Amino acid sequence: MEIKDTVAKPESLLERNIIVTSIEQVLNWARSNSLWPLTSGLACCAIEMMSAAAARFDLARFGYEVFRPSPRQADLLIVAGTLTWKMAGPLKRLYEQMPEPKYVIAMGNCANAGGPFVDSSYTVVPGVDKIIPVDVYIPGCPPRPEALIQGLLELKKKIRHPEVARRDQHD
Amino acid sequence: MTKQMMTKEELAELADRFTPAAEVSGDGVGCALVIAKDRLLELLRYVKEDAGCQFTMLSNETAVEYPEYFELVCHLYSCRRRQMLTVKARSGKDEATFPSLVTLWPGANFQEREIYDLMGLSFTGHPQLQRILLPAEFTGHPLRKDFKAAVHD
Repeated sequence: MEIKDTVAKPESLLERNIIVTSIEQVLNWARSNSLWPLTSGLACCAIEMMSAAAARFDLARFGYEVFRPSPRQADLLIVAGTLTWKMAGPLKRLYEQMPEPKYVIAMGNCANAGGPFVDSSYTVVPGVDKIIPVDVYIPGCPPRPEALIQGLLELKKKIRHPEVARRDQHD
Repeated sequence: MTKQMMTKEELAELADRFTPAAEVSGDGVGCALVIAKDRLLELLRYVKEDAGCQFTMLSNETAVEYPEYFELVCHLYSCRRRQMLTVKARSGKDEATFPSLVTLWPGANFQEREIYDLMGLSFTGHPQLQRILLPAEFTGHPLRKDFKAAVHD
């Protein structure tokens, strides 16, 4: 009996609808394909976020249209708009109420780094990453819905390949 | 339907009732009745309730800082007469307080809280004088001329 006959070739496994993978890969695939954002629009970027979720730009084709009203049910916090110091406490509480694994997208110039209002710094937080950790930054004032979609796709790549992010940390 | 300002003559008539505490200042759109702080509520109650005036709507209340004094500016509107009236009152820099308009117009509640928050002027008789726009633990009053903003890098 030839040895090679006992080793199953990958192509024949696939033909029989079997994929060999790891649990982590499957979970990452599932998480990246159905992110549930929390409705957290603060200012004008929220309008573009709504527009991205509406018919023309359609987040539903990626699986991200299910905006949750409660942080307990959401896994993605899109900070869309200007964060003021008065709102910083509630935003931090919202982030802490989200269950793991959770992700944060900073949408727009205000969320990235304080935006055009950063000089009036007695009200505006200079970037939402001063309060919570951010995974993806989307520049723009406001970013077009396509830009938000690109940011979400970058997050999808990041979720699917977490080893890339981890490698950068140790540099 | 445009709003008309009270003419200078009408303002002068009004001022005559409250001399010497009142005087007319400004021209055209900037026409205003300047009254002493302690007779402010009396004047406002008169223009609100008198059948000839009927300035029943307080459309705006705000404050301005000048080098020598603070000035409280109230914009009143009479729906019946379709006229606008501006009333101003001054306060020295040290005793930066004004009487509260809340007893006449409950809507002045939030306006006065904003003036307190950003300008630091207190209102005697206000039921709940606390910050409204800035967080409660914030120190300082940003719209004052001598407020220095913190610099972030």
